[in-house]
Amino acid sequence: MTTEVGSETEVKKDSEQLGPDKAKDKPEEASETPGDQKSRETSSGEAQDSSVPAPTNQSSPSSQKKEKSSPESKGISRFLPPWLKKQKSYTLAEPKDEPKKKATGEEQVVEESESQALEGVAQPRKSLEEATENRQNAKAGDREKHSISSAEIQPSKEDGKETEVEEVAEKKEEKQEEKRETKEVQTAEIKIDNIPQKSPKKIKTVQCKVMLLDGTEYSCDLEKRARGQVLFDKVCEHLNLLEKDYFGLLFYENSEQKNWLDSSKEIKRQIRSLPWIFTFNVKFYPPDPSQLTEDITRYFLCLQLRQDIVSGRLPCSFVTHALLGSYTLQAELGDHDPEEHSSDYISEFQFAPNQTQEMEEKVAELHKTHRGLTPAQADSQFLENAKRLSMYGVDLHHAKDSEGVDIMLGVCANGLLIYKDRLRINRFAWPKILKISYKRSNFYIKVRPAELEQFESTIGFKLPNHRAAKRLWKVCVEHHTFFRLLSPEQPPKAKFLTLGSKFRYSGRTQAQTRQASNLIDRPAPYFERTSSKRVSRSLDGAPMGISDQSLVRDFSATGGQAAGDKIIDLEAAGRAKLKEGGREEDESPLKTPQLEFTQDGKNSFLQLTHIHPSSLPIHPVSSHLTYLSPVPEIDMLSDISEEDPFEEPLLTIPDISECSSMEQTSDHKKTGTASPINSLELRPLASRGSPAVEGKIRTNDYKSTELCVSFSFFRCLSFSFRSLLDEDGYITFPSLPDVCISFLPPGLQHYIPITSPSFIPSFLLVFVLLLSAFQSIPFSLTFSLPLALSLCYLEPKVTSFSSSSGNDLNDKAEEEEVEYEEEEAQQKISSLRVDGENIYVRHSNLMLEDLDKTQDDLLKHQASISELKRNFMESTPEPRPNEWEKRRITPLSLQTQGKKGDHIFQVKTLPGKEKQWIPMPWIAGAKPEETDKRHASRAEGPCTGVSDADKSSHETLDIVEEKKQAEFGIEETLVVDETNKGKMQVATDAGETCKVEHVSKKDSSSLPSDSSSSSSSSESEDEEVGEYHPHHRAIEEVIREEQEDEEDMKRKEHEENTQHVEAIPEGSKPVPVEHTQVTVEDLVHENTITVATEEKNLSEQIKQDVGEEKEEEQLKLNGDVSHVDIDVAPQLICCSEPPVVKTEMVTISDATQRTEISTKEIPIVQTETKTITYESSQLDGNAVGDTGVLVSAQTITSESISTTTTTHITKMVKGGVSETRIEKRIVITGDADIDHDEALAQAIKEAKEQHPDMSVTRVVVHKETELAEEDED
Amino acid sequence: MAGLGGGLAAFGRCTHAVVRALPESLCRQALRSVAGPEVDLARAEREHQLYVGVLRGKLGLQVLELPADESLPDCVFVEDVAVVCEETALLTRPGAPSRRKEVEAMKRVLESLNLNIVEMVDENATLDGGDVLFTGREFFVGLSKRTNQRGAEILADTFKDYAVSTVPVHDSLHLKSFCSMAGPNLIAIGSSEAAQKALKTMQQMSDHRYDKLTVPDDAAANCIYLNIPSKGHVLLHRAPEEYPESAKVFEKLKDHMLIPIANTELEKVDGSLTCCSVFINKASEL
Repeated sequence: MTTEVGSETEVKKDSEQLGPDKAKDKPEEASETPGDQKSRETSSGEAQDSSVPAPTNQSSPSSQKKEKSSPESKGISRFLPPWLKKQKSYTLAEPKDEPKKKATGEEQVVEESESQALEGVAQPRKSLEEATENRQNAKAGDREKHSISSAEIQPSKEDGKETEVEEVAEKKEEKQEEKRETKEVQTAEIKIDNIPQKSPKKIKTVQCKVMLLDGTEYSCDLEKRARGQVLFDKVCEHLNLLEKDYFGLLFYENSEQKNWLDSSKEIKRQIRSLPWIFTFNVKFYPPDPSQLTEDITRYFLCLQLRQDIVSGRLPCSFVTHALLGSYTLQAELGDHDPEEHSSDYISEFQFAPNQTQEMEEKVAELHKTHRGLTPAQADSQFLENAKRLSMYGVDLHHAKDSEGVDIMLGVCANGLLIYKDRLRINRFAWPKILKISYKRSNFYIKVRPAELEQFESTIGFKLPNHRAAKRLWKVCVEHHTFFRLLSPEQPPKAKFLTLGSKFRYSGRTQAQTRQASNLIDRPAPYFERTSSKRVSRSLDGAPMGISDQSLVRDFSATGGQAAGDKIIDLEAAGRAKLKEGGREEDESPLKTPQLEFTQDGKNSFLQLTHIHPSSLPIHPVSSHLTYLSPVPEIDMLSDISEEDPFEEPLLTIPDISECSSMEQTSDHKKTGTASPINSLELRPLASRGSPAVEGKIRTNDYKSTELCVSFSFFRCLSFSFRSLLDEDGYITFPSLPDVCISFLPPGLQHYIPITSPSFIPSFLLVFVLLLSAFQSIPFSLTFSLPLALSLCYLEPKVTSFSSSSGNDLNDKAEEEEVEYEEEEAQQKISSLRVDGENIYVRHSNLMLEDLDKTQDDLLKHQASISELKRNFMESTPEPRPNEWEKRRITPLSLQTQGKKGDHIFQVKTLPGKEKQWIPMPWIAGAKPEETDKRHASRAEGPCTGVSDADKSSHETLDIVEEKKQAEFGIEETLVVDETNKGKMQVATDAGETCKVEHVSKKDSSSLPSDSSSSSSSSESEDEEVGEYHPHHRAIEEVIREEQEDEEDMKRKEHEENTQHVEAIPEGSKPVPVEHTQVTVEDLVHENTITVATEEKNLSEQIKQDVGEEKEEEQLKLNGDVSHVDIDVAPQLICCSEPPVVKTEMVTISDATQRTEISTKEIPIVQTETKTITYESSQLDGNAVGDTGVLVSAQTITSESISTTTTTHITKMVKGGVSETRIEKRIVITGDADIDHDEALAQAIKEAKEQHPDMSVTRVVVHKETELAEEDED
Repeated sequence: MAGLGGGLAAFGRCTHAVVRALPESLCRQALRSVAGPEVDLARAEREHQLYVGVLRGKLGLQVLELPADESLPDCVFVEDVAVVCEETALLTRPGAPSRRKEVEAMKRVLESLNLNIVEMVDENATLDGGDVLFTGREFFVGLSKRTNQRGAEILADTFKDYAVSTVPVHDSLHLKSFCSMAGPNLIAIGSSEAAQKALKTMQQMSDHRYDKLTVPDDAAANCIYLNIPSKGHVLLHRAPEEYPESAKVFEKLKDHMLIPIANTELEKVDGSLTCCSVFINKASEL
């Protein structure tokens, strides 16, 4: 413990120091900002430059620049992940000066890719140097400040460079691109450069071929880094197709496996082999083609169906073949003309896989009967008949059932069909399916219990391989989203999160498409129907699939090599392109492949249609609070925590994501409480998460005031979520190079055995388990880390468990975890050191999951505060009692009900519940992850003890930071544009921003408590809410009852609640969980003990607080158990009850006693906490109890210098209407005085603008002011 | 234009009916699941004549009546040997070996109607038409003692346009022993646990939503729905004398022309209303 404490204190100091630095930096930035775009670009360029040069820079002046970027770096620098540093270097490469020189010299050579590549390498350095020089000039003052930090940083940067060669290359590319951009800004010199630069761009292109439905081929050149959407749009434009959402691009891997091109991802990341050949196909078969708006759309659908029929994919009877064929003839040839249509005219067409003379005769016979039908009418008739075919729109996948019997899984608009041979042996409609997941080659669906059944069942299928399972899973996710998720009223873009994988369907849903189609206003486009002949020809003797292959061959044979060469050459250039995507670039290079940021995500945000901000705890200020993705502390945390255990089972798709969100939240808390280091880690992540936010949020420095703004929106449809999970749904944690570890404080390095990939999952598992059991986040956080570590350690031993499939696995996993927990708990107790630091690590890891943030809109409107408030109050948002809150309440109640003695008992009871709940969620989300991790760990080798675990954690942290950095770059630009606060310089360097943020946080809270305070405060609120629950609870229950919960989970919750209320849970504990129970008990005992001691303190504090109405946050030195907090909370609540209205949403924020475990080490800081809750006058009782099916939940965190924004998006389906709730928490920390009212107003305004359709239901302002600065400095 | 089943509007349309006379051997040799009172042949014949009379006289169908074959005691139950949907007829392979020859006569008559005939030649396949419920949109095939998976597969291969779902049938002879179509999109279903369970299975397996008409007696749930151009919805159901409670339920169908028909004798040998006929909708020749 002692050692740890020491480190923490140091960190704090550093953070404090950093704070001042930030202030300094800011002024500088401000001065720079005036330059406007130029300055921005320069700054960005600098940032980029700094990042690029990093490797070489160490000796060079660039280092100074880097220092600038990371003003806070001194103390922090070591904590910063290498990635961040690297990123800085990347950014540096972009500098304006460099581009010019490079461009000139390089451009000449550039034409050849190879030369380009070389240049890119060499140039960056040059550019870096130049950039550095420039920067130095401009930022001379900064240098001094940063110099120290820079020195520290450099080494890390170097390390990063070494480890990532590829990244460097990418960076170079980026640099080039950046150069281009910057050139524009620059003057004549730039122009010269530009010319050469252009050539490289061209080089980057790759030739694409797309086989169209009419058998023709469309080819175009694409940027190598182009996303699928680009190509798809091009094709649709070529086809003059507006209703394109039903279509997609297919590519084949292994000539057999067809995959849909993900439009949100770069093509090159999806199709590895060089000839880029795609086929344009119908992806979602409209169940009622007559509802399509345009004939041309129906025409393409007809073409697709003809292919399907001829290829045999769409079986039909002889009669149907003939009938459909006759319509085809009518559409393409018009009325039958005996003279023109000789007897064998039909043989040119192919109507069926096995076309017979008899069939042709029948076709001709029927053709004669269609006289008078226009082509469009004939197509419509064709579709009317084809749509009735049982296999219409059914995407079949080979699989085996649990007994090894060959079956087919068919995905269609209505659900999942199970076929054995030709017979349908089962069917699972989408509403029946609670969760879809896959693990390795196994595909699982969790099915809602039947009427008389009590428990969900999970059904597993074995697919030929992992890829097949993934493919099927993806198809299911997409179909579910497209056909099921949207309700006509909310044409949302429901994106369907699939937790488990970052994959999601990013397109429009059918409902949205239909709405969009209604807006189509153009004369019916002319098009020729001449495809069938061609199709038939191409098909002759070769099925479609084969034809495709042949195409590939042709392609490769003819242009293939050339193209390939080009591509290779161009690759270097292509990398330069990264910049265009700004964010993308940053992200891509830095990110691990898994964590791709797509602009799509951003787009999605834009698309958000209906938003109801329900609850906003707002604090400060950043003038720009548009999108906040970061972790909302109070609401979010509590919500998440509660959700995970309970809701997950309900979740249809995204279990994993939720878990991740939980963890994230927890992490945030930890970070807050833990220390500056934590904050640092978190920030970067946050920034990463929402690039938009980054720019948006610029907060002035406050005096240790934190503003939490949480917006709740309903009906928000789109968001992008990205997790660590890879496409496959596996969580992939990049292994961090040892270098990363070096950055960690020496003390920590020993404790970081986190190399095991399984750490995070295990951590999550443990955390969730604990959380469910104790319902106190801090507590669970504290213990989960050590437990997770121990798990990692034990993994190798346990591997045998994972082998089992499906449910079994889950159960086993849980059991295993439980056992581990015990051990870990012991360990933890014994060794405190690890806790603090480790916790930090965790946070960072968790953060990684929130990769997506997408808000491009930066709205800066400054309206009088009063106006905003007025608007807010006027607006009648639907009060929505969050499920989270409810849950919180219930759990709290449970805890609170029992007092010390009772605690143990209660806890025991809880485990049972947990068991019930947990198993399901785990299965969906956690299990796969765990297993994956385990595997990974195995591969890596058995982890040795806790130390290993710690290492791994550090590694993960590093990665996260890197990602963050990438985002930062983006943020920077945004910030500059939108806000000219003059912090441009700072903003420019991602690394810097990160640091700044950290510093600011630290400064603001200026204490260990800060971070903790914000987070802890939130927690405290939650807990308090929980305390309130007795009343609330009852209300909630009533509401719940009123509402029809389809979700079993909710029911269970109610039951549980009721049970608790009664004072004791009935033994509804599932037997299998006994292990967990035992462990829980142990933990409980410990907790109780601590509580007892602390309670006195707390009570005293509480009294004081009450008198003041402001609660002072006293960090508890001792490990704080959540229980303690809870006890205190009730009293506190009384003191500062917010004007909460009808809803259960108790938004009382009081004392932040919540000192989390991490806080133990942290010095005590007293803070004043004010909480103000605005709730819309109109609260719908309904909202409170909404019980719908939770479709998805996302938590996105973004951080800027002094602002952390957490956005939690929950999508519920109620009675066929999907409701999206967006809850934003904005935490603003700063030393400077901020007009909180203004900040709040701004935040609300922005939220409204972003989501005009949504209403703000709740605003909570939580303000903490440090009373005593004892601890600081 | 026939179209795929012509949708719901065309469901129940028929122009022809194939029936077969009762052999005298039926009384003693017909297969029966439960021993019971002996069949009164005379009464059975009267009931059957009434049955055929309704089809021919009242409904105006062209009734093709096959002569009885004394070597085939169950030959009156023509439904089991052929499944006709639109212009395709599947000649089944009855689960009871003693009935396999019944197919021959049916084959001849169907050929005369110029239908596309598919024969079930797989010796591992068995299928009784009584296990096949065609709803107008899809097939449900009861997997019973008389019908196996393979038989259902062949049915699916024969009628490729339609989904073919299998339904386990345990407690009764055939799937249609406790259910039938009572209208477009309307399933008549018995009240027994087995019947209700089967219905749930069917509902789960189907993309479509069917209305259900629950009748107290399983046997009464077997009725014949026809859509006769001049008559509209026609429903042949068991007489009130037999199943009064169920008859009351049918009588609630206001849009249907209800024709009660007694089937007391053949019921003794597991015969039901649908068993005794095969309906064919022969579109007017093109």
